[in-house]
Amino acid sequence: MTDKTEPRNKPAPAVPSPADLAERLAPAGRVEHGEHVEQVENVTGAQSLIRSLEEVGCEVIFGLPGGAILPAYDPLMDSTKIRHILVRHEQGAGHAAQGYATATGRVGTVMVTSGPGATNLVTLLADALMDSVPMVAITGQVPSGAIGSDAFQEADTRGVTMPITKHNYLVTDPLDIPRAIAEAYYIAASGRPGPVLVDVTKDALQAQTTFRWPPKVDLPGYRPVTKPHNKQIREAARLIKAARRPIFYIGGGVIKARASEVLRELVDVTQIPLVTTLMARGAVPDDHPLHLGMPGMHGSVAAVTGLQKSDLLITLGARFDDRVTGKLSTFAPLAKVIHADIDPAEIGKNRTADVPMVGDCREVITELLAAMKAEDAVGDYTAWRTEVAGWKTTYPVGYTEPDSGLVAPQYVIERISALTGPEAVYVAGVGQHQMWAAQFVNYQRPNSWLNSGGLGTMGYAVPAAMGAQVGEPDRVVWAIDGDGCFQMTNQELATCVINQIPIKVAVINNSSLGMVRQWQTLFYNERYSNTDLHTSYEQRRIPDFVKMADAYGCLGLRCERKEDVDETIKAALAENDVPVVIDFVVCRDAMVWPMVPAGVSNDEIMYARGMSPVWDRETGAS
Amino acid sequence: MAKHVLSVLVENKPGVLARIAGLFSRRGFNINSLAVGETERPEISRMTVLVDAEDAPIEQITKQLNKLVEVLKVVELDPDLAVERRIILVKVRTEPGTRSHVLETAHLFRARVVDVAPDSVTIEGTGRVDKLEALLANLEQYGVKELVQSGMVAIGRGPRSITDRASRH
Repeated sequence: MTDKTEPRNKPAPAVPSPADLAERLAPAGRVEHGEHVEQVENVTGAQSLIRSLEEVGCEVIFGLPGGAILPAYDPLMDSTKIRHILVRHEQGAGHAAQGYATATGRVGTVMVTSGPGATNLVTLLADALMDSVPMVAITGQVPSGAIGSDAFQEADTRGVTMPITKHNYLVTDPLDIPRAIAEAYYIAASGRPGPVLVDVTKDALQAQTTFRWPPKVDLPGYRPVTKPHNKQIREAARLIKAARRPIFYIGGGVIKARASEVLRELVDVTQIPLVTTLMARGAVPDDHPLHLGMPGMHGSVAAVTGLQKSDLLITLGARFDDRVTGKLSTFAPLAKVIHADIDPAEIGKNRTADVPMVGDCREVITELLAAMKAEDAVGDYTAWRTEVAGWKTTYPVGYTEPDSGLVAPQYVIERISALTGPEAVYVAGVGQHQMWAAQFVNYQRPNSWLNSGGLGTMGYAVPAAMGAQVGEPDRVVWAIDGDGCFQMTNQELATCVINQIPIKVAVINNSSLGMVRQWQTLFYNERYSNTDLHTSYEQRRIPDFVKMADAYGCLGLRCERKEDVDETIKAALAENDVPVVIDFVVCRDAMVWPMVPAGVSNDEIMYARGMSPVWDRETGAS
Repeated sequence: MAKHVLSVLVENKPGVLARIAGLFSRRGFNINSLAVGETERPEISRMTVLVDAEDAPIEQITKQLNKLVEVLKVVELDPDLAVERRIILVKVRTEPGTRSHVLETAHLFRARVVDVAPDSVTIEGTGRVDKLEALLANLEQYGVKELVQSGMVAIGRGPRSITDRASRH
């Protein structure tokens, strides 16, 4: 079936490209994905790398070549399976891979060179680790003989990225390349997903080697557990039946496990109220009657209070992050905890679990649902449901129109969501606009909301939106960005224009580092130290975002009045050939409410300046 | 703070020691001593780490170690059910009148003399931490010129080995 290679005493043929190899080996012309390929001689390490990437199913690489990685770029040019998108900054490549991975659920891939190319990935590797995003970063490295000699563009990439990756490799032997790539993709995508870095020396890429697939993958120390213990499931069901005020605390793990549908079923069967964290928005549609909203520092009063007053937290794929818990010793003081997560280290890290469950969320929820039905374990939570519904009505998430006559940023985001719909993908940067996007966009499906939650990386939006659009070419992708964030990574607009990636960027331009400014307003006596960005107020536009968009070849629009908002959004939605950048000039005194100040108990949630709900002194039992 | 003895089985590959040391430092766990060497299987190394921690963080340390891909197994050894040893080499000043006292002290602790010079002797002591502390306390009066200690190693008592189950998961 496969072509036998010629004996070595014949003159070596010209080195074949991967496309040639594909032609040569399969009778019908194309090697089927994943099919066993016979040993092929006379391949370079670079060709082995590209072939390995093709075999693991990589379809897109975001990257930027350089000296050390250059040998890999030659066979990459001939690859028929992999599309390489040339970015303008390595950080953009990394965030794009994150956006691609989060929108599609697949592993994102980055390829950059040694030294500064690799160190430019540090921020986003830390980001991907915090938010559990599956991605593989391939970095070039100086030749192995030169390592440790302060060579040109040398950096200890493996050492620098050790604490911020799930795992990393330094490959000096080209024979190791297929195994390293196969293991990297497996580790990135399995268990708790995360970033894996593969550092490949230049001599490994240039040397002659044998490409052998599939490689022998041996990871004796890595055995992710996905199936939960039956005993724990039954114990959880028992606790749920006995509870009077249970609540589902839903985290990003549910989306990673693709468990939204079974979760919806579980919610409908048990009729227990739920909250979705910042990373889980869209796991259950926002308009579901039992959905109390987002918990946390800027969560809704109903969601935050629901957790505080609950007697049972059913925690699925969440990690009791400090933004959600506030002062940990006062968080959910009356509640027992069921905690299901795929990462055993998260269970018991911040809060002791009465019923710990290690497992994949989809398996956990499926088994829990079956157990609830089998044991008829649903209790009567009618009084509780009425109580939480009352909070939703009394303290809805909202905003007041600004006095200044400028547009309310929340209004802009509301209208973008209303006119675009829930089938789109919404990406945000970090700051006030991120919180408003989490609050005011109507989420109906998972994988429709992308942001940097754990690390909070400004500049995430534009490149991540680019990656999301590449992964979901048929959806509208909105990057809701701040004027501060936008200036950090907007060079990727060039990449978008050149590669026909028509994202839509809404710059919520309050001419400030908004979130910091909010804190200065509330806690530093309105002393605005270094938060003025001069991008819109007093007609100082440095830079002028519309002119900048033009310069990049995008459609640039400006909107400064409430009456123009709808029309501007519609104009953006009508343009699908080039990216659109809209400069929405908004009021800089708008605040994100509700708010639980740092280090304070969630009971002291403020829904407006100086205003907190007054709770009746009820006893724990009801 | 309580001291805990962790035995960590790891794949014998370059960079593993750095990875583990890095994990301890960035999670804020304090390493008292660390010793590492090959086991009876050359592809597996064993690290013995003496950690200062409260009981709750020990669970977290163990779980974080297990997350590392190259870590095969983490076991906390109960000091009552394990043999622990450390080695010290101590160079003690001697004068004609004190040399015999120094040698007698070494003899009493079943320590050995491994180097002799006109005005000093070097003593090698092996044993539990408390025994070695007592040895040092007794030698201090003569003048300790130099001291070097190894990390602690420990092995569980009884017939079972922790590598028995390392390959089964």
